[in-house]
Amino acid sequence: MKKLINNPNHVVEEMIDGYAKAHPQHVRVLSENSRSIVTARETADGKVGVLIGGGSGHEPAFMGYVGPGMADGVAVGNIFASPPPDPILEATKAIDKGAGVIYVYGNYAGDLMNFGMAAELAELEADIQVGKVIVTDDVASAPKEEKEKRRGIAGEFFVTKVAGAASEKGYSLEDVVRVANKANDQTRTMGVGLSPCSLPQTGKPSFELEENEMEIGLGHHGEPGIEKGDLQPADQVADRLVHDILADMPLGEGEKVAVLVNGLGSTTKMELYIVFRRVEQILNEKGIQIHRSFVGDYSTSLEMGGCSVTLIKLDDELTEFVDAPADCPMYVQR
Amino acid sequence: MSFTAKELKAFLQSVVDTVEENKDYLSELDRKLGDGDHGVTMSIGWQAVQEKLQGELHDEENCGKISITAGRTFLSAVGSTVGPLYATGFLRGGKEVQGKTELSGEDLYNFWNAFIEGIKERGQAEVGDKTMVDTLQPALGTLKLEYEKSGDFTGAFTKAVASAKEGMESTKDLLSKKGRSSRLGERSLGNQDPGATSSYLILSAFESVITSVQTV
Repeated sequence: MKKLINNPNHVVEEMIDGYAKAHPQHVRVLSENSRSIVTARETADGKVGVLIGGGSGHEPAFMGYVGPGMADGVAVGNIFASPPPDPILEATKAIDKGAGVIYVYGNYAGDLMNFGMAAELAELEADIQVGKVIVTDDVASAPKEEKEKRRGIAGEFFVTKVAGAASEKGYSLEDVVRVANKANDQTRTMGVGLSPCSLPQTGKPSFELEENEMEIGLGHHGEPGIEKGDLQPADQVADRLVHDILADMPLGEGEKVAVLVNGLGSTTKMELYIVFRRVEQILNEKGIQIHRSFVGDYSTSLEMGGCSVTLIKLDDELTEFVDAPADCPMYVQR
Repeated sequence: MSFTAKELKAFLQSVVDTVEENKDYLSELDRKLGDGDHGVTMSIGWQAVQEKLQGELHDEENCGKISITAGRTFLSAVGSTVGPLYATGFLRGGKEVQGKTELSGEDLYNFWNAFIEGIKERGQAEVGDKTMVDTLQPALGTLKLEYEKSGDFTGAFTKAVASAKEGMESTKDLLSKKGRSSRLGERSLGNQDPGATSSYLILSAFESVITSVQTV
């Protein structure tokens, strides 16, 4: 696999260096830890700090989402690997404004341990109150009755957005945690992989697929999905994805959602809009109202091919936060 | 008895070398079950430990400090899932030998007990989940049994490594229940777990060092 890189062992450092230098108005890297990136603005006293993070390779997630209306800090891990406690802890100290910090992260063994250890250290060493919201939107990763085992994938975008907007509005830590958990409860994602990605260090494909195959229920670190199937036209793929989501979170006529059609890295906008077109048709036929749509690369897996569809069911409170403005280096909403 | 700080550092260096030799093999195993980076992650972590061995730890004689520094260094370099797991092993093991410059058979026994119990506690996995615990738990079982019977640490540890190998190989026939690969179901069968494999490599590296020095 061809990649535009220098030394495979330095890709994360060089990416962070370029990112920070490209967006000095938005972000700065902490001198205490080169994997801790925080917002360049001075956030208000008493604002709950929003900290996100995870492995590299999902850009714009997670470091692209630092800015007003989204996260105040991010801890950057190695490729597809949770960051260790150190950068999480340093970012926590930097963004705490006396009201505590909320951690929003995916439900991965590594993230659970590293963010968990960092939260303990923040409370012990710096007396900072930490709230944790663990995202579990991937319907393919465990059956409904074991929702607590599900992974966080593209739906982390909505949960972060809601947490960011609520903290901007001046909600307390307890309330930011409450609405972020509500957003997670109302969010479902299902995806397909059409082609694998390869890690810069190994250069080898993460899974093998024949030309006429697709992975249904992808793992967004290039791990295999739940089943292999014959490659279908976009409409049938969209039907399958939306079907699996609605089987898990029934939506009735008149209910309102926001939709995210997310590219995994090498999928063209053309394909994503073709998928969105069909998602809109299905929801329209069922009388489900689309309040706002997001189409593009929001959480990728290096150069993986394919896409995921995410639905978040909206009530008035979640609607307000999904609609709120945001201004990040890799995502802007007015 | 001559298991000193020097031998402990030789063990860590031997892990560095073993991980480098097996980097591609570990990643290959992981590609079948996960995202294919276990070898890469182990290498990043142990290369960082090697830097400490050549720098800060070069003249260090406190075995506790050496082990704890190795654990912290590994964790800070990798994060991931293996970071907190192996780091906890070295931190807990290091605590058992804190302040000591020379280790008796009993010290080493306590070290490995704490090492393995620490990893089990952090990861919350059981035997049969297809994780590093499938290597570590049988090793600990044999180590306890043999050491209590004979009081000979080296002999007991050698037998423990044989049990570790069986445990590692048993993961081929297990369904993944933890981590990313748990979603694979039947597709995880037939593949040896990369974490169980790296744990075996660490134990055998220790066996090589311990059998090359005189211990009682």
